[in-house]
Amino acid sequence: MKIRVQREDFDPGTEIAALGRGASAGAVATFVGLVREESEGARIRTMTLEHYPGMTERAIGTIAQEACRRWRVLDLTVIHRVGELKPGDRIVLVAVASAHRGDAFAACEFIMDYLKTRAPFWKKENTALGARWVEARASDDAAAARWEEAVRKAG
Amino acid sequence: MKVKVLYFASVRERIGCDTEDVELPGESTTLAALRAYLRSRGGAWADTLADERPLRAAVNQEMAAPATPVRSGDEVAFFPPVTGG
Repeated sequence: MKIRVQREDFDPGTEIAALGRGASAGAVATFVGLVREESEGARIRTMTLEHYPGMTERAIGTIAQEACRRWRVLDLTVIHRVGELKPGDRIVLVAVASAHRGDAFAACEFIMDYLKTRAPFWKKENTALGARWVEARASDDAAAARWEEAVRKAG
Repeated sequence: MKVKVLYFASVRERIGCDTEDVELPGESTTLAALRAYLRSRGGAWADTLADERPLRAAVNQEMAAPATPVRSGDEVAFFPPVTGG
């Protein structure tokens, strides 16, 4: 399991190749988040990502462990960038290796949904109309809550 | 008791500082009581930490609820809902 918070860019291909998959791996699911060019009609010049050093790594670790508890995960990598980014830049990578695609897809989506609502990162957009902090979305909370619902149904 | 208080993102900007050591009476308190104490100092704290603002908080780097205990030496952070990913 690899968890990293860094300013530098990452190479998804290199990260996928570096996953410890073992002989039983049959699937790798990945998600890469990018900086959009536009936000609510305003062109984005830069996006600055602030985080809470120490807590960030710990929060992502807790989320990753929870994913490993729920699905059969052989290995996973989460990389989240901080600092100033430009439109088109990569923000986040989640890569999950598993025996079958179902576990890999589900664990990857779960990690992203929880990361968006539980890991202490904040985005500030610098647009032609000025700088503004991105507001949390109810749809992200709803996406994370689906997994709670899934647990209740399973239990 | 003494706690280390951290502010992030828009909370940090409104209050105008990212960290401070806060002395307050007693040996332990709760997150809600600490927030009320900081608010009672007036100025930017009163406005930024107002009850109607949907802030999140962490105690010792774990997400915390209003009733979470806070003890001397703890690290407490206040911040807006997170927007990473």
